[in-house]
Amino acid sequence: MDLTTFMQNLANGISVGSLYALIAIGYTMVYGILKLINFAHGDIFMMAAYFAFFGVATFGLPWYFAFIIAIAITALLGVGIEFTAYRPLRGAPKISVLISAIGVSFLLENLAVVLFGGRPKAFPDVKLFTDVIVIGGVSIQRLTFIIPIVTIALLFVLLHLVNNTNVGMAMRAASKDVETARLMGINVNRIISFTFAVGSGLAGVGAMMWCVKYPQIGALMGMMPGLKCFIAAVIGGIGDIKGAVIGGFVLGLTEIMLVGFFPSLTGYRDALAFILLIVILLFKPTGIMGKNLTEKV
Amino acid sequence: MKRKISLLLVLAMTTSFMLAGCNAKTGAKAYVESDVIKIGVFEPMTGANAAGGELEVEGAKLANKLYPTVLGKKVELVFADNKSDKVEAASAASNLIEQEHVNAIIGSWGSGNSMAAGDIVMEAKVPAVGASCTNPLVTAGNDYYFRVCFIDPFQGTVMAKYAANKLKAKKVALLQEISSDYSVGICKFFSDEFIKLTGDKDSIVAKSNYNTGDQDFTAQLTNIKSKNPDVIFAPGNFTEGAMIIKQARQLGITAPIIGGDTWETPEFLDIGKEAVEGTVFSTFFASETPITSESKTFLDAYRQEYNKEPAAVSALSYDAYLVILDAIKRAGTADPVKIRDEIAKTKNFPGAAGVITIDENNNAVKDAVLKVVKDGKFTYLDTIKPEQN
Repeated sequence: MDLTTFMQNLANGISVGSLYALIAIGYTMVYGILKLINFAHGDIFMMAAYFAFFGVATFGLPWYFAFIIAIAITALLGVGIEFTAYRPLRGAPKISVLISAIGVSFLLENLAVVLFGGRPKAFPDVKLFTDVIVIGGVSIQRLTFIIPIVTIALLFVLLHLVNNTNVGMAMRAASKDVETARLMGINVNRIISFTFAVGSGLAGVGAMMWCVKYPQIGALMGMMPGLKCFIAAVIGGIGDIKGAVIGGFVLGLTEIMLVGFFPSLTGYRDALAFILLIVILLFKPTGIMGKNLTEKV
Repeated sequence: MKRKISLLLVLAMTTSFMLAGCNAKTGAKAYVESDVIKIGVFEPMTGANAAGGELEVEGAKLANKLYPTVLGKKVELVFADNKSDKVEAASAASNLIEQEHVNAIIGSWGSGNSMAAGDIVMEAKVPAVGASCTNPLVTAGNDYYFRVCFIDPFQGTVMAKYAANKLKAKKVALLQEISSDYSVGICKFFSDEFIKLTGDKDSIVAKSNYNTGDQDFTAQLTNIKSKNPDVIFAPGNFTEGAMIIKQARQLGITAPIIGGDTWETPEFLDIGKEAVEGTVFSTFFASETPITSESKTFLDAYRQEYNKEPAAVSALSYDAYLVILDAIKRAGTADPVKIRDEIAKTKNFPGAAGVITIDENNNAVKDAVLKVVKDGKFTYLDTIKPEQN
C-alpha cells in the first residue's frame, strides 16, 4: 500500500470513527446514569434523520434551521420515550427496562415504516459539508474535518457539564445511587429526563452528520449504526464519555484498515465489529477507559 | 419412574415430529374449485429492496386492473411482503400458500428473495413466475419456478462485451454485494466473459465486497482507486449502487461505473443525483422502443395510471401476470399443478416487455437493453440480442 492510499484510508477511518464516536456518546451517557442499554438509541437516530429530511424537503427550511429544529425535536422524543417506556419501570429489575428498550426500538422502526414508507429517501445535499478538498492526492470531504471537530467540541462541552456544573453533580450522584441522591434533595426524575434529552440530542447531531455523509435514509437505517456505536461504547468502557469517543475512533479505523489491508475480507467488516466486542468482553470487560467499580447490592 | 416418563415424552415428541414431517411432505392438497382465483404477489415492500418491489407491485396491479377475470371468475391479487429478507421471504411464501391458498405466485424482485421461496412452492406444487429475478439458480432444478426475464449469464456477458468493446477497457475492478446471490452471480459471469474477451487472466485488477445495507464504501473504493481500473462493474442494490458511485466520484475516481438491471429505480437517481450521470447498465425493456402491441397497451395504461414512465421491472411483473392468466385460460382450470404445466408450454406469448417463450429450464429467452442516465433520466442506449452473443 503506497502512502497516498494509506493516507486516504486514514482519512476515511477518522471520518467514520468520529461519526461512531458522536453517536456512542449518547449511548454511554444514558448507561452511565441509569445502567440501561438504551437499544432504542439507533432508532432515535433514525427519527432525527427523518425530522431533518422533512424540515428541508417538505417545509423548505434552510438546512441549518432544519437541523436545529430536528435536534430539538429528537431531544423531546428522547424525553417522551423515557417518560412513557422507562419511568414506569424505575423500580423494576434492570432486565424489564432492557426489554422495554427493545420494544421501543421495534415500535419506532415499524412506526417509521408506516408513517414514512418502506422506500429509502434521498437526503438533501448540503454543499458546504460535502465539497471535496484534494490534498496531495488524497480526496477529503470537508465533512471529514467537520465531524471530528464537532465530536471533540461536544465532548468538551459534556465533560464540563458533567464535572463542573450542579446538574452534572446531580447526574454523577444519581449514577452512584439513585435512592441516596433522592434523599439529598435531588429531583432524580428531572435529572434522568435531562440526560435523555442530551443523549437523544447527541443522537440527533450524529444523524445530521451521518445523513450529510451518506445521503440516504430509511426506516431501518438506525439498526447497524446503533449496534456499531454500542460496540464503540463498550470498547471505550461503557459509561465513560471519553471512552466512547476513543472506542468510536478505534472501531472506525479498525474497520477501514481491515478493508484497506485485507481487501478479500471486506465481506466480514460487520462481523469484525462484533468479534471486537466479544474479545473486549472476554479480556477487558470494563473497556479501555473503564474503572472497576465494586457492585452495589 | 422419572426415566420412564422422560423416555415416553421423547417418544411422543419424535412421533409427533415425524407425523408433522409427513404432513409437510404431502403439502400439495387436492385442488378444490372456488369462485375467485387468487394470485399471490410476493415482493419486498419494505427494507433495502422496497423500491424495486413496489415497481413490480405497480405492474401486477395494472395487469389485474386491465385483465380482472379469467374463465369467468374474478382474479384477486394477494400481497405478501418478504421484507427484503431471505428468512421473511420463506415465511411470506408459506403464508401465501397455506393461509391464502393462492393458485399461482408472481415474484420476487431480488433473486435471493425468490430462491428463499423455491423449495416452498416446489413442495406445495404451486407455480411461481418471477418477473426480474435473474440468477440461474432461481429456476434451476425447480419445476415450479419460472421467469419472464433473461438470466445473469446473458446479462453478465452483455456488460462484459460493452466494457471490452465499447469502452475499450483492459482492466476492470469488480465491487460485488456479497450478501446478494444476484450480484455475486452476475459478477462471476461478467469476469469469465471479460477474461475470455481480453485474453488476459489478470484483467480483473480488483474484486471487492460489501454487504446489503452498507453505507460506507470508501475503503473498498480507495483500494480500487490504487489499482487504477478502466471500468468498475458494481451490480447490486440500487441505493448502495448510487452511494458507491457518489463516494467514488468524491474520492476522485473518474473511470466509468457500470451495473445491472437492479439500478433502474427512481431512488437510484434521487440519491445519486449528478454523480450517476452517464452510468450505463443492462435491463429488460425500454419504453422508447415498444416491442409488441401489448407494449403499447401497457405503456398507455401505465402512464395514465401512475403518471410517470414505467421501469422495466413493472413491465415484467405485468407480463408475469399475463403469462399466468394465459396458462389458466389454456388449462381451463385454476388447479395449480395444471397451471404449472401450461406455463411451461408458453410459446411466443406477446408480453409488454417482449415475446416470451419459456425454455426447458423455465427461463425466457429475450433481448437485453442498455440504458444510460442522461439529464437525470434513464435513457435507451442499445438493444442486444441473445444470438449476437
